[in-house]
Amino acid sequence: MKSSVIIFPGSNCDRDMDVALKKFGFKNQMVWHNDPEIPKSDLIVLPGGFSYGDYLRCGSIAGKSKIIKSVIEFANSGGLVLGICNGFQILTETGLLPGVLLQNKYQKFICKNVYVKINNKENKYFKNIKKEILELHIAHNEGNYFCTEEEMKSLNDNNQIAVTYCNENGKEDEQFNPNGALKNIAGIFSKKKNILGMMPHPERMIDKYLSSNDGNFFFENLIENLK
Amino acid sequence: MKVKVIVTLKNGVLDPQGKAIQQTLNGMSFSEVKEVRQGKYFDIEVSTTDEKKARTKVEEMCKKLLANLVIEDYKIL
Repeated sequence: MKSSVIIFPGSNCDRDMDVALKKFGFKNQMVWHNDPEIPKSDLIVLPGGFSYGDYLRCGSIAGKSKIIKSVIEFANSGGLVLGICNGFQILTETGLLPGVLLQNKYQKFICKNVYVKINNKENKYFKNIKKEILELHIAHNEGNYFCTEEEMKSLNDNNQIAVTYCNENGKEDEQFNPNGALKNIAGIFSKKKNILGMMPHPERMIDKYLSSNDGNFFFENLIENLK
Repeated sequence: MKVKVIVTLKNGVLDPQGKAIQQTLNGMSFSEVKEVRQGKYFDIEVSTTDEKKARTKVEEMCKKLLANLVIEDYKIL
């Protein structure tokens, strides 16, 4: 399976993602934002970080960058696009995913482990995943998911809510919502479920000696589903 | 010519920075401050001298980049 990680000026989770993808068998390539095209891929990843210094709005400049046209084309033809953290913010700014990530409700940069629950397994990302509540890491200042009422209705109607913040037993409650996100939303799909944007970082959780290894479930499963 | 644009958060959208500024002003004994909403200001120099054309272009810029219409409103001054 071939994957491509796009690097923008200010991306900083690109190499972690590269390590994670390779660990689970992806042939990964790093693609610079000014490269003319993306090599043939089964998966494109927009990594976390602070693309273009978070100027204007998080992800807004990357959302209009040269390489993003190829990403949009790939996504619209059904290709798998995964956006983590800043990658999620970029996906909302391109319009590939609805809504927007606002500044955290309590005005703080949050850097900690959280639990998230997988809400929909009928897709390439989570089908057959062995664990439904994952301990993952978040590190963001703008992770407060917001959308209009119509967009929320459409997210619900089309089962687009991918992962939600919860406790270790899967209880979704305001007290387990780190950033004020609507409905505890940590990640959403596109209508066709080929695009996934989420704030938590599975690529940081692939080694039990470093943190948790719940990210393993995610990547192991993803490559199996793509075979 | 120059075109000036103000982008503000829509009513009802959480503005933590505005809230922090309001609380600070209150703490500085400006007790009359009830609410602060923070926004962005853009000074855009365009090559055209036709005001109508310039404003149309800037409006397009607002919709495509300067404002995120899910959460923000724009005003061309």
